[in-house]
Amino acid sequence: MPKLITQVGCPYCGSSCDDIEVLVSDDNKKILEVHNACIIGTNLFFHANDPTRPKLPRQRQPDGSMKEISYEEAIDWTAKTMLAAKKPLIYGFGSTNCEGMSAVARIAEKSGAVLDNCATICHGPSFLAMFDNGYPSCTLGEAKNRADVVVFWGCNPMHAHPRHTSRYSIFPRGYFTQKGQMQRTILSIDPRQTDTAKLADIHLMLDQGHDYELFDAFRTVLRGYDIPDVVAGIKKETIVKSVEIMKKARFCMIFFGMGCTHTDGRNHNIDAAISLTRDLNTHTKCSIMAMRGHYNIAGPGQVWSWIFGFPYCIDLSKGTHAHMNPGETSSIDLAMRDEVDCFVNVGTDAGAHFPIQAVQHLKKHPFITIDPNFNMASEIADLHIPVRIAGVDEPGVVYRMDNVPIQFKAVIEGLPGVPSDEELFDMVYERMCELTNSQPVWLAAKEDRKHPSNISAVNEA
Amino acid sequence: MRGESMTKINLNMITQRSIEEGAAMEKGKTNPDYFDACSIIEMNPGDMKKAGIWVNTNVKVTSECGTVIVKCINATQFCPPGLCHIRQGVWANQVVPPRTQSTGTPQYSGFPVTVEPAADEKRRTALQLVQGAVGLWKEGAN
Repeated sequence: MPKLITQVGCPYCGSSCDDIEVLVSDDNKKILEVHNACIIGTNLFFHANDPTRPKLPRQRQPDGSMKEISYEEAIDWTAKTMLAAKKPLIYGFGSTNCEGMSAVARIAEKSGAVLDNCATICHGPSFLAMFDNGYPSCTLGEAKNRADVVVFWGCNPMHAHPRHTSRYSIFPRGYFTQKGQMQRTILSIDPRQTDTAKLADIHLMLDQGHDYELFDAFRTVLRGYDIPDVVAGIKKETIVKSVEIMKKARFCMIFFGMGCTHTDGRNHNIDAAISLTRDLNTHTKCSIMAMRGHYNIAGPGQVWSWIFGFPYCIDLSKGTHAHMNPGETSSIDLAMRDEVDCFVNVGTDAGAHFPIQAVQHLKKHPFITIDPNFNMASEIADLHIPVRIAGVDEPGVVYRMDNVPIQFKAVIEGLPGVPSDEELFDMVYERMCELTNSQPVWLAAKEDRKHPSNISAVNEA
Repeated sequence: MRGESMTKINLNMITQRSIEEGAAMEKGKTNPDYFDACSIIEMNPGDMKKAGIWVNTNVKVTSECGTVIVKCINATQFCPPGLCHIRQGVWANQVVPPRTQSTGTPQYSGFPVTVEPAADEKRRTALQLVQGAVGLWKEGAN
């Protein structure tokens, strides 16, 4: 009898919907139906049924073809290659759980690697702005229950976070927003008339790349000064009207996305957005949130911040302390300057999503891909190690875009013999310790699962 | 006036997510859906007219760091004149400049490109482009 599993988390976008229902076959091996998810989430769950999913690591042969090898060989090769490299780069973690992110930190430290995540090509500039200017944010629950003015600046949730608008931002009825969409005023700031802009009450179709000027104009008007007749292609009246709406809001919520961080200005755009939020708080309540792309891309920011003190671009190659300086220790810049001599791609696809020139630079050195599926990075890799899919056949903790942790479930049994990211990283770490004749150090939190003898050894030391 | 003259047009390129891209990507990047969703360009109809580009024909996009052949479709989300959009993915990243303004984030949005008609040229598959870029592509092997 097929089983209906409820309250399942969806491992796709930053909305991290946790109301998915999945019908699985009685042997727990096949997903039969997916309820509540958007088309992307539905496809993701069904993709796990794919009978061609890789079950063994594959290593590239001298003739360019891929040959299946055992996990022991793959782990041995990974450990040796990373230890031999002067400065390996471990990048990715868009699609894995916090347990895996925590486990990889041990490998990164052991091999003196640079540890980076997808934020580096995504919301990295937002991090820089937050360091400079703070982050007056809230949870998505607050946005849903309180916000009566919602601003989408350079983001298009109808495409990138399909259920965001129905769960949190435009349509839902909340405690103080019982009329749902009727009660909310939506502003969209985007150079294209996106499907989100079509839902907005006012669409400010600004000249692409002029976000900073427009933010500045908003702040100037808010502070009671005059602005030119047209700023960033937007008429003064429209700007004044929009500011008036935001000022009169009971709770104004600003969501910003890649339109601000991928374009000229980068972190300075976000800086201005945060300052605007702060200014608005002298008139009403206002909060701001980054539209994080993946279901757990806030995770590495959290996990590595408490391990190393930095959320991304973490250079551990000095061996004594962690060092972070985006522009210098960021994946793309390291690649373009040929400063790394081994690349490990985990739970993401650098092959498809890095500018192709960066991929060409990285491919000069050993290239390892750790991912459940075939993708561009796996098809150019020297070694592809398949793992279980977090949120589908591997449970774990994830951080939603508002940095709220959620425990995700596994809905089906994993492929036999295929480890999770965490198990794989632990095995690579153990092999690294064997090769360097050192004792592995496990956290006490691992007591229930691993090497209790080592923990007592560490505690005594 | 005679028929469309074959010219080039200079545009400002952005590359962003779309639901078509996301839905196809989760089926797998070698899936034909991913090819259909991402190997396309969207621009303003007026700009297409100026450059002599017909709907659903291939065009060649050239930036400071590469070229790519994509199909010009009717914009699914309106593009103002001067702006064009290739959905995030393998094809877009053939022309995205890796310069980061010292932040680590490449110039995915807002970089100059030249778009010209290339009706006789063929689009390449994702594997052809990525494996080809690193010298691994073998004709007929996949």
